[in-house]
Amino acid sequence: MVSELINANPIVYEKKERRARSAPSDYSDEYAAEPIDQQEVFDHVRDIKDPEHPYSLEELKVITEDAIEVDDVQSYVRVTFTPTVEHCSMATIIGLCLRVKLLRSLPSRYKVDIRVAPGSHASEASVNKQLNDKERVAAALENPNLVDMVDECLAPSYG
Amino acid sequence: MAESSRLGQSIDSFVDASCSLTQQAASLDTITSLVKNDVLSVEGLVREMEMYLTTTDNIIRARGILLLGEVLARLVSKPLENATIHSLIGFFTDRLADWKCLRGALVGCLALMRRKRDAGMVTDTDAKAVAHSFLQNLQVQSLGQHDRKLCFELLECLLECYPDSVAPLGDELVYGICEAVDSEKDPQCLMLTFRIIEVLARLFPDQSGPLASFAGDLFEILGCYFPIHFTHPKAEDLGIKRDDLSEALTLAFSSTPFFEPFAIPLLLEKLSSSLPFAKVDSLKYLSGCTLKYGAERMLKHAGAIWLAIKDAIYNSIQEPALSFTSESLVGLGFQENEIAKEALTLLQRVIVQNDSLYLSLIVKDEDINMILNTITIYESYNDIYLQGKLKLHVVGRFLSISARSSIASCNRVFESYFPRLMEILGLPVKNLSGDHSPIVSSLISKRLNFGALYLCIELLASYRDLTAGFKEIASKSISASETCYSMLQSYSNLLTKAFCSTLATSPQDADIYFAAKGLQILATFPGYVSPMLTSEFESILITFMSIITLHFKKTLLWKLSLKALVNIGSFIDEYHESEKVSSYMGVVVEKIVSLVSLDDFTMPFPLKLEAISGIGTSGLSYMLKIVQGLEEAIYTNLSEFYAHENMKSPDITVRLLECYSNKVLPWIHENGSFDEVLLRFPVNVWSQIESHVDFSIQVQEMELLDATMTAMRHAVAFCSVESQNKIIQKAYSVLSSSTFFPLKEFTSLTIQFQLGGLQLAQKIDNLSYRDEWILSLFASVVIAARPQTPIPNLKEILQLFMTTILKGSVPAAQALGSIVNKLGKESNELKISSDCALEEALETIFRTKLWNSHDNGAVMKCSGINNGSEMSFADSCLGVVNNNLPQIHAITGLSWIGKGLLLRGHEKVKDVTMIFLEFLLENNKSDAFPLKQNSLESSCELDLHPSVIKSAADAFRILMSDSEVCLNRKFHAVIRPLYKQRFFSTMMPILQPLIMKNDSSLSRSMLCRAFAHIISDTPLTPILSEAKKLIPIILDCLSMLNKDIQDKDILYSLLLVLSGILTDKKGQEAVIENAHHVVNNLTKLIVYPHMMLVRETAIQCLVAMSELPHARIYPMRIQVLRAISNALNDPKRAVRQEAVRCRQAWASIASRSLHF
Repeated sequence: MVSELINANPIVYEKKERRARSAPSDYSDEYAAEPIDQQEVFDHVRDIKDPEHPYSLEELKVITEDAIEVDDVQSYVRVTFTPTVEHCSMATIIGLCLRVKLLRSLPSRYKVDIRVAPGSHASEASVNKQLNDKERVAAALENPNLVDMVDECLAPSYG
Repeated sequence: MAESSRLGQSIDSFVDASCSLTQQAASLDTITSLVKNDVLSVEGLVREMEMYLTTTDNIIRARGILLLGEVLARLVSKPLENATIHSLIGFFTDRLADWKCLRGALVGCLALMRRKRDAGMVTDTDAKAVAHSFLQNLQVQSLGQHDRKLCFELLECLLECYPDSVAPLGDELVYGICEAVDSEKDPQCLMLTFRIIEVLARLFPDQSGPLASFAGDLFEILGCYFPIHFTHPKAEDLGIKRDDLSEALTLAFSSTPFFEPFAIPLLLEKLSSSLPFAKVDSLKYLSGCTLKYGAERMLKHAGAIWLAIKDAIYNSIQEPALSFTSESLVGLGFQENEIAKEALTLLQRVIVQNDSLYLSLIVKDEDINMILNTITIYESYNDIYLQGKLKLHVVGRFLSISARSSIASCNRVFESYFPRLMEILGLPVKNLSGDHSPIVSSLISKRLNFGALYLCIELLASYRDLTAGFKEIASKSISASETCYSMLQSYSNLLTKAFCSTLATSPQDADIYFAAKGLQILATFPGYVSPMLTSEFESILITFMSIITLHFKKTLLWKLSLKALVNIGSFIDEYHESEKVSSYMGVVVEKIVSLVSLDDFTMPFPLKLEAISGIGTSGLSYMLKIVQGLEEAIYTNLSEFYAHENMKSPDITVRLLECYSNKVLPWIHENGSFDEVLLRFPVNVWSQIESHVDFSIQVQEMELLDATMTAMRHAVAFCSVESQNKIIQKAYSVLSSSTFFPLKEFTSLTIQFQLGGLQLAQKIDNLSYRDEWILSLFASVVIAARPQTPIPNLKEILQLFMTTILKGSVPAAQALGSIVNKLGKESNELKISSDCALEEALETIFRTKLWNSHDNGAVMKCSGINNGSEMSFADSCLGVVNNNLPQIHAITGLSWIGKGLLLRGHEKVKDVTMIFLEFLLENNKSDAFPLKQNSLESSCELDLHPSVIKSAADAFRILMSDSEVCLNRKFHAVIRPLYKQRFFSTMMPILQPLIMKNDSSLSRSMLCRAFAHIISDTPLTPILSEAKKLIPIILDCLSMLNKDIQDKDILYSLLLVLSGILTDKKGQEAVIENAHHVVNNLTKLIVYPHMMLVRETAIQCLVAMSELPHARIYPMRIQVLRAISNALNDPKRAVRQEAVRCRQAWASIASRSLHF
């Protein structure tokens, strides 16, 4: 087995403070809809643990709020994440985690698109292709080892 | 004989190691009681036990000796003869050498040594022998934990109780103790060890004594414990915490000055440790030791300590977190952690101990001087970097702490720094003639240097605090001749002007904050050292007042000024400065009162009220004045309102009344009860109403009436019984003079009452606006009355309220509820004065009720119809609506009465609830007798029912919920503890079968409604114990309430009850059986469209459900997950968030098959 870490010494950034939503609107109008927005999707994924470090994706700046694109009307989400190093073989795992988490957290009407940030990974195209091929994602989720790993990474995000 | 055989048995069973612990304890008790009751003497016991005490079998001997020791330990207060004690202690002393039975010997020695003089003590020679034997024979550190503890207890006892007999042992003792305590690790033993060293140090205070020579060795043992590193996982197990140990060690450290050469270097060295708790401890210990070691010994460490303090503070202060608007701001808003706090305490201690030395250190300190030299660059707060602010803050703290410690140091600090600061601020010394050259005014108008301003304020504040602290001591202790006084005096005028102009002109928050603070400080020096003339004091007040009245748009400035004024007010009030109080009264209080009464609309009214109530709270005399002003303003507004319709005044009057009842009244009540003040308001309001016979107003001003009622209630509630009595008399006289009151003709004849009531009802239909005021206000007086206050002519009042209830007057209903709640019982002496006892009153009420609501529908409906037909002449189209209105009003009234009864725990409440229940079941009955329905009561019955029945069900909410307006502690209600639980447990057995059996959908739903009202206001504990039975009904109710949007609040509170059950362990067990139904219901509620909280709580309940046993919930999994995946698309964010959590919780009960 590979015992060496791929990025042995990542830079850890500070967590951003959670922005409090303005609550009063809830009470003023019971029936007003609050559309799913960038911040809400970010809240879903920010606490996912990195597969090889005890830090969250937010702390490693793999995910930022700006890298999330949401269109509630068209039911479309696009997440662009940045692996910490170019040759990171964990990129697919991270992508899979993001996909599973959003699959479980967003309404079924949503189409989720997950991409590696352009220029941040050596084999960018193949990773993108792999992450957005639903056959391959489904196949990956049939693999018990992979699912265990994904579940472990997702555990902290169900706060 | 029986005794001796019992004794033998007991001894045997204690000594026999195979017996259980409880048996041993029992036999020990038997023996002790025998000796205690003089059935057996101690000598007799010893003789009886001879064999056990002397046998060569180690185990039996050990048990025997332990038995003797334990018995003695329980007889500490029993007088024994000296000879007995002597021989016993001799025995135990010898036994100390016998290591196989050491435990017993230690227990015995300890028991004897701890005896008090009046019960016979061990003699000095014996004590010395014990000590000797101890030192000779015991290797403490080789013993087990419990034995070590006994050894240390024995040592401590020897040192504390027999110091004279152990002192001659000298070196031997000290050496022995060193050996015994060396490398002890058990926390309990350590506590004793530290204590022993502390006592030992007291024993040998002599310079040439044995301790002086052993100090190094002893400290070597002691020093390794510092800083206490306590890793015991659970402090509760031992009853000892890290702090206890640390405190004991401090005492040991500071026990003798001989430790100084060893301790201080160690502590200073540990200060550089990276562990925060080591730093805190070092500083604490240094503070402790400094005092004990004395100034002379500490002299040589002064420089090092000063450096250490400086380091600790600079390195530990964090970023500023507070802004200038917050209440608890110290200095520049830097947060000081524990290290900094301890360092500052230490600084204070050492300055108190040796002020001249430390002050010269501070004055000469290069860092401080450098900051002062470069202070000119700190021109404005916003331009200073964080480092600069930090330095400034630290210097400010140093100066303020050193100036605060004593007058001499204060003088020194002022001498060294004050002139320099003034120079930087650009304020020249006042010249002898006292007038300032014209240049000065131009100097003042320029901006003040922020750094100097800050330090100057810190200095002033510490001088002020120092002088204010001396108020008990004769004022001579700080005379006018002190340097700081004369310095301040020469600058005070200029400072005042400078601060004032800063307040007026500066745009920066920081400048404004400190200038306001500075003015406040200058105004709050105690009279004998005050550097200001009265005229200057007044000018400060005038400055603040002009800000209050004119600059209300600058929020911070306004708030700070108000705060400063409040502080000044309470200061001069506290220090009884009569001269200043009178000028404060003149400048501030009167002005502010006139503000309220003036029709000046430049200043926003809420701010006026904030100012007036704030100033009022600063002192009693001001408050009294202000109350008067406020009241007058209210009276004028009210009378304007009565006399001619003034459309703009209601709003202002309502605000005034709110301020009066929310802020002023509670303050007056807290600060001593001023009955005459409290009494004045209600009485005056009543006289006003009395004098205005004709209200010209036709418009209903409900808001104003509500505010007046609230103020009335609060004012009356705070009054004493006598004043309440006066108010009620006054109110009654107004009431009885009003147009609708001639009730006399119907009171006695209950048979005619039906007729009379109708007439009266008509009369009340045409109530004028004034009469309504009178009635509502009278009701509020009654609501707030104490139980002891008699109500005049109670019967008439009762009737009056009863009739007005029918017209839908809720205050009248609440007043009736209050009356029945507070009315004394038959035997009470107050009965005479109130001319009507509770029983009588209740009878009146219920008989009348009989007429209008009770008596099983038929009569009630008749009355409804009668009423309705009479009405229909006037207003035929509203006929049907009017028909059931009186019934609903009657039910509301009855429910308030029932609440009054329920609170006091009266059994009549049962009758009331029965009436409600009959209403609820009414529909059922008419179903059962369809003939009757068809023949007699025609069609209008069906129209009548639902709303009436609903109001009967809602009556249970009034019964159970807490009311803000009446029947609570504030308004002196008689409240029996646990009344809710009691009502719950009486109602449940009645309601449960009714709901189960009932098949008419209407009355079933109404019963459920009543049930929901009761259960949602009951504490959770009784519900939990009944959970199993209740859950099916709760579920029924939930599905029933689900239908109507108007029921959303009650649905929510019922759901909260369910979630309470689900989150409890016991409750979960009860749910298991009904799990399927619960899930069915909850999944329906997930899509409840009318209230987000319902959806959110339902999902939370489902999360709680996921913790039920796996086998039980697994079948529901798919159903729940389907429902939840819809909730993921909920319009509200909070619901979606919960849904994600819930989905995960349910998905993970079965491994990885989330794909559908």
